Amino acid sequence: MKHRTFLWFILPTLSAMILFIALPIVSVFIQSLFVQHEQVLVVSESCGPFGCSSTTSIDAEATAQLRAEQPLGKFNGFGTYTNRAHLAFAEVGDAWRNRDGLGDFLDELMDLPFYKALIFTLTYTFVVTPIVLILGLAIAVGVNTLPRVTKGPAIFVSLLPFLVTPLVGSLILFWMVDGDGIIGATLQILFNDPSLSVKASTPLMWTMLMVYGVWHTLPFSFIVFYAGLQTVPQDTLEAARVDGANKWETMLHVVVPHLMPLVTFVTLMLLMDNFRVLEPIVSFSAQGHAQSLSYYIFNDLREAGNPLYSSAGATSMMTILGVVILLTPVLIRTWRDFNQRAH
Amino acid sequence: MKLKTLGLGVAIAGVMGTAALAQNCGPDGQSIRILGSDFPAIQAVSGTAQANCGAGAGDFTVTLRDNTRDIMNQALTPNPAEYTSVIVANSTLTQLMNDDLVRPLNDLVEKYGQDLKPNQLITIDGNVMAVAFMANSQHLFSRTDILEQAGVEGIPSTVDEIVAAAEKIRAAGIMEYPITMNMKVGWNMGEVFNLFYFAHGGELFKPGSAEPNVNNEAGVAALNSIKALLEYTHPDHLTQASNETQAVWEAGQAALGIMWGSRGGAVLDDEGSTAEVTENTVLSAAPTAGGGAIPAATLWWDGVTIAKNVSDEEAEATFAALMTAMTSDMVAENNDKAIWLIDGFEPGAAAAGVAATAAGGAKPYPMIPYAGLMHNALGAELADFYQGDESAEDALADVEAAYRTAAKEEGFLQ
Repeated sequence: MKHRTFLWFILPTLSAMILFIALPIVSVFIQSLFVQHEQVLVVSESCGPFGCSSTTSIDAEATAQLRAEQPLGKFNGFGTYTNRAHLAFAEVGDAWRNRDGLGDFLDELMDLPFYKALIFTLTYTFVVTPIVLILGLAIAVGVNTLPRVTKGPAIFVSLLPFLVTPLVGSLILFWMVDGDGIIGATLQILFNDPSLSVKASTPLMWTMLMVYGVWHTLPFSFIVFYAGLQTVPQDTLEAARVDGANKWETMLHVVVPHLMPLVTFVTLMLLMDNFRVLEPIVSFSAQGHAQSLSYYIFNDLREAGNPLYSSAGATSMMTILGVVILLTPVLIRTWRDFNQRAH
Repeated sequence: MKLKTLGLGVAIAGVMGTAALAQNCGPDGQSIRILGSDFPAIQAVSGTAQANCGAGAGDFTVTLRDNTRDIMNQALTPNPAEYTSVIVANSTLTQLMNDDLVRPLNDLVEKYGQDLKPNQLITIDGNVMAVAFMANSQHLFSRTDILEQAGVEGIPSTVDEIVAAAEKIRAAGIMEYPITMNMKVGWNMGEVFNLFYFAHGGELFKPGSAEPNVNNEAGVAALNSIKALLEYTHPDHLTQASNETQAVWEAGQAALGIMWGSRGGAVLDDEGSTAEVTENTVLSAAPTAGGGAIPAATLWWDGVTIAKNVSDEEAEATFAALMTAMTSDMVAENNDKAIWLIDGFEPGAAAAGVAATAAGGAKPYPMIPYAGLMHNALGAELADFYQGDESAEDALADVEAAYRTAAKEEGFLQ
């Protein structure tokens, strides 16, 4: 295709991407560099049903004037990125200098909200992604060998978790692991410990969130691999069989290499999805035990009453950076494969 | 024919006129849009206003939902605002005033507020910013039958007495976890700290400044009081808020509860529970702590505000409609749904807890612009202490550090 034609061809998509993806990211980045003006406060008498007291309030007029002069707020540079709520340079430095062994340093790190969220998010991503990849492939191969009559129902059942809205799905699991729920009560009987509570233990809560993550995203990798399996060349399979390869060897040397582009694709999607885990944490009320980067952004915007825009913006930018870092190895690999094929 | 139509028209206008006179609904044909939280008292106020003035208004919508505080600022920011009135509480009025989104009501109160009592007016620097209609606070719920069975005399009134009673109930093998309280991580967990911190005589900020002031003796004492109670709550307590604790109570699984007064009516009614629970539930003042006299509670009011970014006519019509609902007639019809601040309220059993807590000298929830930031920091950073991962001092130091970071970003600290 000529460059000119290509440009015209891609122009609508490109402009939509700039408008709806690139510009908002630039805007979030700019907002993350600013903080609010110094508030003009006034102390005055305030009265209500429970008596009178002196109360501080914001001088609305003075604040409005400040805002009109500088609508973005006060320039803070990367101050928000390095403060305690984010990369916490000062606190991490202190913790490192005063450390009492590596474990102590990690404890201090886990005490800082951003690192706490980052560590959970990374753990979640690196546990859920490989499990979903391998299990998805296994189920796809399993379903593919089923007789024709049972294939349809099997596919339908395997897809079910994907049809349930994440919030609802996790809420159902949340009720099931309650002390009075079917899973929670069964665990108590199994371990003979009536005070066993999944919701009260950090390791169990992390496990539950990851089990939920696997359950919910499994159908996606299953259906992609199942579709891929339909295109495995029968000649090669037969040739392998004639050469004396057993089922396992055929799988490893014929099927998996054939599916490699799909594995790359599913890995990319899963990494991106898992890195922004949010809904299960909300539904499980797991905030006390596990926070993800997305939950941290959500918290800044919702829980504080008057939203902390620059804090949320800074976390968003670092989340995007995290996704880019995670995806880079996979993208480099794809690029290499592409070049090899081209030559 | 024409004369007849005219006559009919005059007659209708006359009827409508008298209706409008009986219910002074302000300017006709305006759009009235009310936003509020979804609970019985607000349903009663907004529903009555709609019934009185819905016919004469251009349109009259009432939106009641959960978590209104998450959307109210965004909804009132554009001009014209999405809603003409938001029904708020102490903390959410501050949240709206921080962004200058509600208007002073002095002239409207003068014109339509003849039936209001002076203590219903929330005035800041002489400006009426909201009109309160109900009060609320946390307080103690007790099951007298279980206390009696365990050999506890009377209703406990201090944290130590509650802990002792809970121990007796546990020792008697009646319940393993007799206490229930709203400890869900986030807003609820932060609020529980406020209750006990105020009971221990603490102040959230250094006087006259936005500097945090929780990492001190009173703060540690408050955390220890809470920890003592948590020994006897279900291990899932960090996931339990009002809906869960009410369910636990109604299922008969707790004997001592620190819950909201606004849940009292729902607990005592004949829905969702057994007679055994409802007949033996007694509502009393929130407990005192550490030998002090102040009940561990914060006093709240709920009231109406009028948006700034709407036309004066819409504002007037909305205020007038809401005033028609704040009457003794409405209270007579909905007496047990709230602790009404309006004339004609007859306190029943469901109101006993809040009344005793207020009489005991509990503190109102602070209406300070940066209180929300402190509340958020408390709700996020104390979980480590309750889970036993951190000392009280370290957790409180984390709270102050988290608050400072947020307050700098919002321009309250430099």
